[in-house]
Amino acid sequence: MLRAENLRIAFPGRTLVDGLSVDFGAGRVWAILGRNGSGKSTLLRTLAGLQSPEAGKVLLDDTALQSIARRQVASRIGVLLQDESAQFWGTARDYVLLGRHPHAAGVFGWSQADEDIAEAELIAQNLGPFSGRAYTTLSGGERQRARAAALFAQRPRAYLVDEPLQHLDLPHQVALLERLALEARQGALVVMVLHDLLFASRYCDHILLLHGDGRFEAGPSAQALSAGVLSGVYGLPLHEFGVQGERLFLPDPPSARGPHV
Amino acid sequence: MRRSRILLLICLFALAALMGSIAVGSVAIPVADLLAALTGKTSGPVADIVWKLRLPRAAAGFACGGLLALAGSLLQVLLRNPLADPYIFGVSGGAALGVLLAMLLGLGMAMQTGLGLAGAIAASGAVFLLSFRGGEWNPYRLLLTGVVIAAGLNAAISLILVLAPYATVKGMLYWLMGDLAYAGNPVPALLVLAVLLAVLLPLGRTLNVLALGRTRALSLGVPVAGMEILLYFLAAIATVTAVLIGGTIGFIGLIVPHLVRLLGLADHRWLLPASVLAGGSLLVIADALARSAWAPLQFPVGVLTALLGVPVLLLLLAGRSDAAR
Repeated sequence: MLRAENLRIAFPGRTLVDGLSVDFGAGRVWAILGRNGSGKSTLLRTLAGLQSPEAGKVLLDDTALQSIARRQVASRIGVLLQDESAQFWGTARDYVLLGRHPHAAGVFGWSQADEDIAEAELIAQNLGPFSGRAYTTLSGGERQRARAAALFAQRPRAYLVDEPLQHLDLPHQVALLERLALEARQGALVVMVLHDLLFASRYCDHILLLHGDGRFEAGPSAQALSAGVLSGVYGLPLHEFGVQGERLFLPDPPSARGPHV
Repeated sequence: MRRSRILLLICLFALAALMGSIAVGSVAIPVADLLAALTGKTSGPVADIVWKLRLPRAAAGFACGGLLALAGSLLQVLLRNPLADPYIFGVSGGAALGVLLAMLLGLGMAMQTGLGLAGAIAASGAVFLLSFRGGEWNPYRLLLTGVVIAAGLNAAISLILVLAPYATVKGMLYWLMGDLAYAGNPVPALLVLAVLLAVLLPLGRTLNVLALGRTRALSLGVPVAGMEILLYFLAAIATVTAVLIGGTIGFIGLIVPHLVRLLGLADHRWLLPASVLAGGSLLVIADALARSAWAPLQFPVGVLTALLGVPVLLLLLAGRSDAAR
């Protein structure tokens, strides 16, 4: 459904990703991994059509993203941005309702269906009691959940999420990953920028590793994740441990690294 | 309180403000006579005062205040800056330069309006072209460009004030401070206001999304660049129209949207109509005070909106630091 063709992402004087051709198929869960500044968020925004690539193109259902009306794109691709202003004029419910904007039929208001979907997603994110609270008074984690609720209320077929776990406590991290996995099982595409290798290997069936210098590796997790490749990407020696059938990639403990310099 | 009820109260407030400002003046008109005159049941001097003097002036003031408040609400979304006001894009400076130039040359009302319009279009066009380079919009560049252009225009205005003969300077100062005494026929401005509202009211939900920020709005399907250009020009049209009626009346465009938000109508589907009603009524009230409170002395209404606006703005700013914690 979402396909990158010969994508090149660069800043002046620096190429982050070069020649990326990947078919992000429906029903898959992708993790984008890489160091800070390696182009993960830029790639995600490019895949969502929020910025233009230096070269190459992104195809949504075999049509170039640029030639599809924004509203059409928004009804199929949902984005969770990494940074968003904490300023908002209304309540948590007002905020989540805006996720329905690409689908809203009426001119002035929201349909009952829109209201019901927003309410259901608020409850699904454990924000039921907060739905009438001013968005600005929510805590960081509550705001992140409100943003997730708006994303799910958007009912997209592709979820492009940038560090979705930020500000969330462990139970809510797991709940969000479970929900994304559920959406994928029901046919949606999920692409997420992650820093947690355990969650990447547990929840993602495909991995896109960015070296930050133009090179990348893409493929099924079983092959793409290995201590050697990850150590190279992160510039940090990592070792693989198998625990109850799961793959853990851990850095050396402090004592093994020698004295601090 | 439900939002529809708040809007209804603002409607009633606007109606009361209009009636009150027609009743108040050098000749006070009792409510019964006022109603009789408005419904056309009487004729004579009272009806003449109502129909020929006070109603046109109140209507012009209402249109002017409504347009300024509307422009302010739009710019606060466009620039995502709570301190955005309708005069940032050089419209006021350009119009002022044109009108003052016409006054200096001793031209009539029509030429004053024409030159004012030309100046406003030239100034806002220049700010737009300089700040919207290469299809990329940058609110900071727009703000700074507007400020710089306004500074240049202010220098030119000062020069005209220095060069102008003493007798015309007072008229110029009144115009610069904002004055409704020469507002003229209010119908064109009311039409502009009606058309702008007709275009903008269906965009309320889109404005709500746009207020989230450009990238977020784009991800929710708003064609951001086109929408921003549309808002810029609608706000410019509103400001030009208001300035040509009443000069550069300050503070209405800045403060009224904030007041309406404090009343609980921050949702732009409600904020826009409520701002128009509140801005119109506040200017009508300020004008009634300016021409009658110190009669026979008549103040330019802009002085009064500033005198009232400064403490309100300071209170708002004091409240903001609490909200930011």
